Formats: sequence, C-alpha cells, structure tokens
Amino acid sequence: MIRLSVFVVLLALISPGFAAIDAYSFPNDELRDRYHTLIDELRCPQCLNTNLAGSDSMISKDLRREVHRLLLEGRTDDEVLDFMHERYGDFILYEPRVSTGTLVLWFGPLLLLLLALIIGFRVANRRSSVRELTEDEQNQFAKLIDPQLIDPQFIDPQFIDAAKEKN
Amino acid sequence: MSESNTAVVNKTSNVRRILLIPLAFFFVLITILALGFRLDDPHLLPSVLIDRPFPEFSLTELHEPARVLTVSDLKGEVALVNVWATWCPNCVIEHPVLMRIANEEGVPLYGINYNDESVKARRWLERYGNPYQFNMVDNEGKLGIDLGVYGAPETFLLDRKGVIQFKHVGAVTPALWSSTLEPLIKQLRSES
Repeated sequence: MIRLSVFVVLLALISPGFAAIDAYSFPNDELRDRYHTLIDELRCPQCLNTNLAGSDSMISKDLRREVHRLLLEGRTDDEVLDFMHERYGDFILYEPRVSTGTLVLWFGPLLLLLLALIIGFRVANRRSSVRELTEDEQNQFAKLIDPQLIDPQFIDPQFIDAAKEKN
Repeated sequence: MSESNTAVVNKTSNVRRILLIPLAFFFVLITILALGFRLDDPHLLPSVLIDRPFPEFSLTELHEPARVLTVSDLKGEVALVNVWATWCPNCVIEHPVLMRIANEEGVPLYGINYNDESVKARRWLERYGNPYQFNMVDNEGKLGIDLGVYGAPETFLLDRKGVIQFKHVGAVTPALWSSTLEPLIKQLRSES
C-alpha cells in the first residue's frame, strides 16, 4: 500500500519536461506564470507532438521569444493565442478553436457518449419490461412446473404454491 | 406460446438494429481516419495564408544593406518567394531547380534569407549561384513567423496583387514545377 502511494505521488510529480532553457526576464510573476502556461498550450509546428515548452527546435525558440515579446507588450492570453493561430492555424493550439472544421473534434465524443447512453437505456429497459403473467399464463406456467421433477429451490416461491395446487 | 415467441423475436431484432448504429458509426469513423492519415504527411501543415495578402514587412537587402524592401516590392507580377538558409541542406538540393526556373521560365524569384547570417549567406550564393532578384534579410525569423514558416525551404506563389495563392513546404522539384507551379502561374497570369 505504501509502495502504491509512493508510486502515485511520484507519478503526479512528473511535469512537462523543461527542455527549453531560455533566459527570459519578466517584470513580475504574473507575466512569468502566463508565459509558462501559454508555452505549454502551444504546439511546436515542426515537432508533431511537443509543446513549445518542451521543444528545442529553432521555430520553437523563435515562437517562445514572440510569446515573451507579446506579453511584455501587454497583450492578453487570447491575443497571444490569436497571433499564433492566425499564422499557423488550428494545429498550433492544443485546444483548437471551436469552428465548423473542429466541431466534430469537440462534440463528436459527446455525441457518441449520448448515443451509447440512449442505446444502453433502451436495451436495459427492454429487459426490465417484464410484466406480470396473466391468470391464464400463470395457470399454464404452473402446469409446466412440477415440483416433484424440479428442485423447488429453483422455482420462484410465488409459483410453488400454485404449482402444488395444480399438480 | 408461439405468439409470445414471435413477440420475443421481434423485440430482439429491434434491439439488434439499434446496436448496428454504433457499428456503422465506427466504420464511417475508421474510413475517415484511414483516408485522413493517408492523404497528407502529418509533418506538413496546411497553410492558413492561402488567399491572404503577403504580410507587411520592412527588411534590408542581402547585398545592399542600405536598401529597404517592403511588400510592394513583391507586387506587380506573378512571382515566387523562396525561404532559404545556409543551414538548410534541402535548400542546396532544390537550388539548381530554382536556378533553372529563374533563368529559363521568366518567373521573378525573391528570396527570404531566414534565421541566418548575412556573411555566410552571401558566400553561399557565390558558391551555388544567385537566382533571386533580391534577398530579404530575415535574421530573426520574424517575417517567417508572419508567414507561418516552420522550417526551410518553403516556397510561396504570389499573384500580381501580392496575394498568396500557393505554399509548398520542402524542396521545389521539377515534378512540382510541372504539375503545380507552372499551370498555376499560367492561370494567374491570364487573370486580370
């Protein structure tokens, strides 16, 4: 149990690799924090699956420099993301903008989940739509169940009495 | 008895039909993904700059540092803009193709020396030849960023008004010229 807890804690401490060593100075902590958040959210255009924070490629260095410059100019986070999106498209944002092109990406899984739930409901309800047997059907059933041939423990108690009566 | 049997069979087939929906959805999804992954090299980003005007810039010329170039220098004719650098091996490979296009096809070719050093760049052109009308010195890569460039070589095709009509990532090849660039240039030239 202790080993498991240690493992979980160590797992949680794995952070995105700080492969990039840039000496960028910021006038305050708020800008520095925003910088780090933004370079985590921006994808390196060349690297397929690394963010700007974790990439050493030339374009990533240049783009980090731009994020730093834009933040010092006083732009908002959205303005920085817009700047990148205008030039590099949907690909550069780890959270793509919601547009006609990305609707399927955003809402597809949700729709699938809804579909699964609907189907699940309907299948489950079919099973539980067991209704009470009518008088006639009970008689038929009772005739079929002969407690002397079938071990009573396998028969629903409500039918045993009826069965005993009929047989 | 047989009546209830039929009832049970109907209910089962209704359930089965509904279960076919996710299966059908799955096959549609698989087909889309298979096609999507096969069509393009994932390393090549689609260009968001198509049909947008070439970005504004103000850069010095590689051989004439006193000369300042702006976007109006790219307008007036259907032209190619090539992003290149001395650290880029594919630029060496595509260079003879660019030389031929510039000298024989009568298409103006403008160069952007991207993230480079001007002394090295001038030496490089002496060694391999200079097909460019002029070269914009983009040592910080800022014009590159405005163009959505992420490596070299990259080549843009502009119409007369300086609107980007086509972008190619990677070396220009003779095949690319005959299949795409040449016909596009002809078409753009015939437009007003």
